[in-house]
Amino acid sequence: MDNSGQNNLKRNKIEKKLLRKQIKARNTLMRHEGIECVSHSTQNLVIANGGLGNGVNRHQLLKVAEECGLVEALLMLPNKPYSFVKYGTTEEAKKAYDALNGKEITLDDSDQNVTLYVNFVEKVLWEDIMPVSLPPGLMLVEEFVSPEEEQKMLESIDWTEDEVIQNVQKSLKHRRVKHFGYKFRYDNNNVDKDKPLPGGLPKICSTLLDKCLKEGYIKHKSDQLTINQYEPGQGIPPHIDTHSAFEDEIISLSLGAEIVMDFKHPDGRTVAVMLPRRSLLVMAGESRYLWTHGITPRKFDIVHASEGQKVGSITPDVGDLTLNRRGTRTSFTFRKVRRSPCSCSYPSVCDSQQGSQREASSFQDSETEASKLEEEYVHKVYEEIATHFSSTRHSPWPKIVEFLRTLPKGSIVADIGCGNGKYLGINKDLYMIGCDRSQNLVDICGEKKFQAFVCDALSVPVRNSSCDACISIAVIHHFSTAERRLAAVCELARLLRPGGKALIYVWAMEQEYNKQKSKYLKEKRASKGKEERLNTDVAWGLFGDQMHDNASQDSECSDRVLRDSKDKDGNAKQVMKTKLPVHTNRTSFHSQDVLVPWHLKGGTKKKEECNKAQQLPTDSKELREFSPVFHRYYHVFCEGELEAACKTLDCIRIRESYYDQGNWCVVLEKQ
Amino acid sequence: MKLLTHNMLTSHVRGVRPGGGFPLRIQATEVKVNSVDFNQEFVARMIPKVEWGALVEAAESLGHLSDLPPQLPPEYQSNEDFLRKVHHVLLEVEVMEGVLKCPDSGREFPITKGIPNMLLSEEET
Repeated sequence: MDNSGQNNLKRNKIEKKLLRKQIKARNTLMRHEGIECVSHSTQNLVIANGGLGNGVNRHQLLKVAEECGLVEALLMLPNKPYSFVKYGTTEEAKKAYDALNGKEITLDDSDQNVTLYVNFVEKVLWEDIMPVSLPPGLMLVEEFVSPEEEQKMLESIDWTEDEVIQNVQKSLKHRRVKHFGYKFRYDNNNVDKDKPLPGGLPKICSTLLDKCLKEGYIKHKSDQLTINQYEPGQGIPPHIDTHSAFEDEIISLSLGAEIVMDFKHPDGRTVAVMLPRRSLLVMAGESRYLWTHGITPRKFDIVHASEGQKVGSITPDVGDLTLNRRGTRTSFTFRKVRRSPCSCSYPSVCDSQQGSQREASSFQDSETEASKLEEEYVHKVYEEIATHFSSTRHSPWPKIVEFLRTLPKGSIVADIGCGNGKYLGINKDLYMIGCDRSQNLVDICGEKKFQAFVCDALSVPVRNSSCDACISIAVIHHFSTAERRLAAVCELARLLRPGGKALIYVWAMEQEYNKQKSKYLKEKRASKGKEERLNTDVAWGLFGDQMHDNASQDSECSDRVLRDSKDKDGNAKQVMKTKLPVHTNRTSFHSQDVLVPWHLKGGTKKKEECNKAQQLPTDSKELREFSPVFHRYYHVFCEGELEAACKTLDCIRIRESYYDQGNWCVVLEKQ
Repeated sequence: MKLLTHNMLTSHVRGVRPGGGFPLRIQATEVKVNSVDFNQEFVARMIPKVEWGALVEAAESLGHLSDLPPQLPPEYQSNEDFLRKVHHVLLEVEVMEGVLKCPDSGREFPITKGIPNMLLSEEET
């Protein structure tokens, strides 16, 4: 075969691959975004992987797009990995289609290449979005200081005795901070009002503050100043300044560089506000009391591309957005320490009006609520399904067996949440005790002559440091708050002697890992269609990942569950104020907190109904109606979540962590 | 419930003084003796993990003291006769029915079919 033939073959291969990817992009746009591509030429193109969401900036894309013809509009949406280009003529669009499809471009911020995939669209659809207005009470004063004043102020800061905040709040890390007037305490988000710092506010600020008073931006002269310095990539988590700590107006001067600050209303509305260099931000009223504000840690902000539009809110005017590299921004935030309790009109977020007592009781409420939820959707369910559940739990998992087999002879081992006791008899050289919350399950252990007792995993009646090892298999995912899950790990650690080991298994959000499906998924006898769906989701890579929208899939909610609950007393049913999605068995998870159905079979209680059912014409669907369904609450863990919880406890060390058939697992050692 | 299990259990009612919930007093209405194969090494390994005083007290309260001394004898590892007695008390004597009583709070935990129910109410934790 001659060379040209080989080259042809190679070219064909590349073309085929390109075509495949292009079609894939088309399908994903349709499925995830509802964007319909067409096969005939039009003036409009959609460019997959050419979006702000995957790091392509406007300037860069516009340059390659303009090489093919006159670009009428380039539409880039925030956080989307695609964009739209509209050309003056169909010919130009066709030319761009040929030139750009499969084109690799190098991202500005890294050496990473992305490949563009281009399709025609009939028309570019985007909602006519109203310009977003600033949160009520928010004001921006441009050029509040001159460049000379800016320079002086920046130079006045003595960072040599700076405080680098570390670990106080992890997300603040390494942001440089200085306080004047009063020291701001990050532990209680307040100031010690009777401990003013010597020296007061720097002199350089006084003319500036006078100006603010004169203009009416503030009512009281500020007596507290916090200087923050943000390098690109640093930020500040969303927060509301403590009501009881400071008076109404809070003003903040941006120096050195511009930045985008995000404001969020409790109802979910968000407004991104560009704070230009040398501008003064005034937060008062609703914007100070009710909206959170924060700076997302990132190196680029999404901003308006056109000059003169650089102030105020960033409207999703998709024809004019690009990425803006951040510089070092220094902010001077002035506040007036409050001397009397806050009496704002936003009691839901006001610490003065809630009072510390109320806060404490609301925490307890949520604790009670959590335990009620577990009572209804974990404890009662296991009690009901114990016999059937036990009959399905006979094969021990190999990695757990291995853990138990390799423990030293004569070890005392506690199985906290032992269920029907399938691990209690694995290794005769150990002394194993088991406990479970379900009396019915523990009774099954008793029948098998195992040592077992009934108790709660948060309060295990075993003396401190008495166990050589513990196992907690498929237990901790039944606790409904992070605090309770951590408390369960803590309780395990308490039981261990120093050097003792604990093995923890929890169910994983990721039921497919390293392209391997868990047994849980494999065992399903579901339609082939679903299987394919899973495959395509994984195959997506860059483009697909960013298109994927978890939240939209949790459609089936728990209304029904609340009704089918078997309990007669209505109290516990009101427990779940928030709706939990019901998981479809043998599919991947779409939410971390879910109700998982259990289809009870062979329940003696339902015998009568079953007999009735059999008199009906043999219709399996009808029969199924009579097999009761119970819902168990689960918090499925994301990768790293279990380790992160364990790492917060000083008394234990993570010896090993791994993924096993749809579960996240750790081996801990007590220090 | 074997006495080795009992030796690990403690009352965990809220308000119990540290260590005050141990050992739980046994009020048995039914005690069984089940024969278990003797494993000298296993028993010898268990002894250091056991609260000896609590074991003796429990065995005595059930009438199964089996001549256990109040103090652990030296060199017990090679004392087969002694280890056999410990084996019997630790692993063969089982409380089937009765209650466990918290020495500090007086809270009683029922034992049915050999299973202690140590579950506390919301208010007790």
